[in-house]
Amino acid sequence: MDFHTFLIQLLNGVQYGLLLFLVSSGLTLVFGIMGIINVAHGSFYMIGAYLAWSLVGGLGSFWIALPAGIAITLVLGLLLEVLLIRKLYDRDHLYQVLLTYGLILIFEELRSLLWGDDVRGVPIPEVLSASIPLTETQSYPVYRLWISAVCLVVAGLMVWVIQKTRLGMIIRAGSANREMVQSLGIDVRLVYRLVFAAGITLAALAGMIASPVSAVFPGMGNQVLIVCFVVIVIGGMGSVKGAMLASLLIGLVDTFGKVLHLEVAGVKLLPELSSMTVYLLMAIVLLWRPEGVFGRRP
Amino acid sequence: MSATRITVAAVLATLAALALLPLFGEKFTVQIFTKIMIMAILAMSLDLLLGYTGLVSFGHAAFYGAAGYALALLTPQYQAASFWTSLPLAVAASAALALVIGFFVVRTRGIYFIMVTLAFAQMLFFLFFDTKIAGGSDGIYIDVRPVARIGGWQVFNLENFVHVYYLALAFLALTYWLLRTILNSPFGRVLAGIRVNEHRMLSLGYPTFSYKLACFVIAGAVAGVAGYLSAVQYGVVNPEMLGWHLSAALMMMVILGGMGTLVGPALGAAIWMLLELGLQGLPESGGVNLGKHWQLFMGGFVVLATLLLPHGLAGLAQVLRGRGHKRD
Amino acid sequence: MSSAVLRTQGLTRRFGGLVAVRDVSLECRTGEVHAVIGPNGAGKTTLINLLSGDLRPSSGRVVLGERDVTGFPPQRLSRLGVGRSYQRTNVFLPFTALENCRIAAQSRLKSSMRFFRPAPTLREVNAAAERALAAVGLQDRAGIAVEALSHGEQRQVEIAMALATRPAVLLLDEPLAGMGAEESARIVALLKELVSKHAILLVEHDMDAVFAVADILTVMVNGEVLESGTPDNIRSSRAVQEAYLGVAQQSGHA
Repeated sequence: MDFHTFLIQLLNGVQYGLLLFLVSSGLTLVFGIMGIINVAHGSFYMIGAYLAWSLVGGLGSFWIALPAGIAITLVLGLLLEVLLIRKLYDRDHLYQVLLTYGLILIFEELRSLLWGDDVRGVPIPEVLSASIPLTETQSYPVYRLWISAVCLVVAGLMVWVIQKTRLGMIIRAGSANREMVQSLGIDVRLVYRLVFAAGITLAALAGMIASPVSAVFPGMGNQVLIVCFVVIVIGGMGSVKGAMLASLLIGLVDTFGKVLHLEVAGVKLLPELSSMTVYLLMAIVLLWRPEGVFGRRP
Repeated sequence: MSATRITVAAVLATLAALALLPLFGEKFTVQIFTKIMIMAILAMSLDLLLGYTGLVSFGHAAFYGAAGYALALLTPQYQAASFWTSLPLAVAASAALALVIGFFVVRTRGIYFIMVTLAFAQMLFFLFFDTKIAGGSDGIYIDVRPVARIGGWQVFNLENFVHVYYLALAFLALTYWLLRTILNSPFGRVLAGIRVNEHRMLSLGYPTFSYKLACFVIAGAVAGVAGYLSAVQYGVVNPEMLGWHLSAALMMMVILGGMGTLVGPALGAAIWMLLELGLQGLPESGGVNLGKHWQLFMGGFVVLATLLLPHGLAGLAQVLRGRGHKRD
Repeated sequence: MSSAVLRTQGLTRRFGGLVAVRDVSLECRTGEVHAVIGPNGAGKTTLINLLSGDLRPSSGRVVLGERDVTGFPPQRLSRLGVGRSYQRTNVFLPFTALENCRIAAQSRLKSSMRFFRPAPTLREVNAAAERALAAVGLQDRAGIAVEALSHGEQRQVEIAMALATRPAVLLLDEPLAGMGAEESARIVALLKELVSKHAILLVEHDMDAVFAVADILTVMVNGEVLESGTPDNIRSSRAVQEAYLGVAQQSGHA
């Protein structure tokens, strides 16, 4: 593999990893802070993508569609939390899984009714449609770099909010000891509402910015959810640091797995079995640290 | 205890009624009930894991699908496999798969266990979906059903849907008996202890990992029986048999019926399958084909059931009988 | 004097910057009740957790008989003859008192991987369970779910479960906590009976019981051993009185 191909794959891997981080950080934060596992999290990635398609088509501008989509998802998240999610606090993880699975079914069918089952595409915004030339024949799309940049900015914002603001302090305290925070007069429920809405909005945002480069198709939510699970198992539930590490690792392993050629004893492993590399990684981590690299030791 | 006697009586009555069904029902009904009985076997196997041991497996369909695929791969093209060899081999395949996956997943707890069981099942799904090992996304057809001969005598004919029905019924009864026996055994008591207080079991000297793994394998093997039967019934296997929609539906069946009761999940399976059937048959209304979007209603049902019936129907029955939800 | 069944050498356990147990060396012998006393936070429960395998030591050794068992997990230590009762009742609440003891006794089978006979037909296991319950005086409450028992009775089940595993060494973490006078007296009498065949390590706050039954006392303060010796020596030790009873006076509890 020559240097430029390697560079392209590296950038792709990092971009995929950062996008994964954006999605999975929402999931891990909601669990770490609220103790709720939301398997419909992937559906919001899908909703974000379809929203992007609708809004870009309807409003004519990607740059208007993006904040509009974010606003819509925030409201959706708040509504969901008030109506359903808050009934899940203190309940068994099993019930959380089942109820949010029911939501997946509902969202899938609503999507089918509202947007149909066809694969859609979202055009890359003009401003970012250029490509940086690397060689005579190869170039790298600016948009993909922009995706990575957005993810990094959001990650930085996240860390800043959690570590440096009062809200972040409340969030951290609330995840450690909910009753104590409540007894201090702080409305933990409002904090939870915001955290949940923010969490799913992260997933939707990821779907929105990813839509120009990946197809917008019905199964995209479920697909990304499974990978998110792998991210969290490897990184540790509730750990943003772990989610970043695991996402990048998975992004790189998955990307390179698809382009490398590996044959062992006549059996073609890569790229034929590239979709399994990520699970193999997970299996290794399970043998070494079942609670994840940065997970809390039970 | 009268509760147990009522349960046994109800189970026997149900089995008797099921035995009589083919005499009165038409083909469609018989086939539906074959499917229901197969799902009941599958749901009971998950109850062993989920209800009795507290292991929330979100990837149980993997062991169901594995056995189905095993039969498909063991069946030569245009010929029949032998029932006597293909069944044990298919079940063994599921058990072996459960042993391998279990080795990795049983070392996790709580939410991690849920996620890794799903992840490994998905891995298997993609293995069959993406590759050409077994027909990819289209699956494989089983052209000729397995034959069950002893010498020159054909014991039963699996091309006949009534024979398939009775085979499923026989396995339903066998599975119920087997699981009940296991649950009452010393092994079963260890599982119960693990569910209630695994830490204490460890400090009492039990290597709980081994017992959980053994439970995982047994549940996988029983799921394999269901998968084999399903492949026999339909003559085709596809990756959806390994899919997480089925795994989630199974969890729902167990919860709906009432986990940790064996009969509950079997009942839950029946209700779920009938509900699915009913919703899929919904007519068009307002220009929308409701039946096509049955999952919308299913999803709504799941949400409501989870909120309103935390202990499933079995729990509801106990409450109606005047007792709280107690076990053992 | 019989040789030590359970010995620790320089046992230390850190939690980040906090040293909960520092350099503790003690011995438990068959025929002796070795009581560990000290104010709250002295590290007594951490010590028992280290001995039962619930915690791994940061440094130091634990020796059982001739064997170095440092870092062994609880299930291994239990099978080697270390039995433990917990300070916070750690039983199977939905099960009956008898079933609690039965599952404890069943652990002594070579293997519980037996699938086809009903558990209640294991006669010897049942007998062992019944004996354990009777030893703590709960035989009349055998069929009652533990969650329906009084707190004191639950503590009795806690001890019975440890007994049902026929241990060589008994680690008892505040067995008398929450018990009334009558129940406490019964347990003290039980300990006096058991000691001839067991090595008993007892963490307790009830000083009357401790002085009634202990052969050796070890006083722990701030994770370290302050002093170790016979009850008389400890009772008359100035250092112990200052450190332990002085602290106890501050907290208003003896």
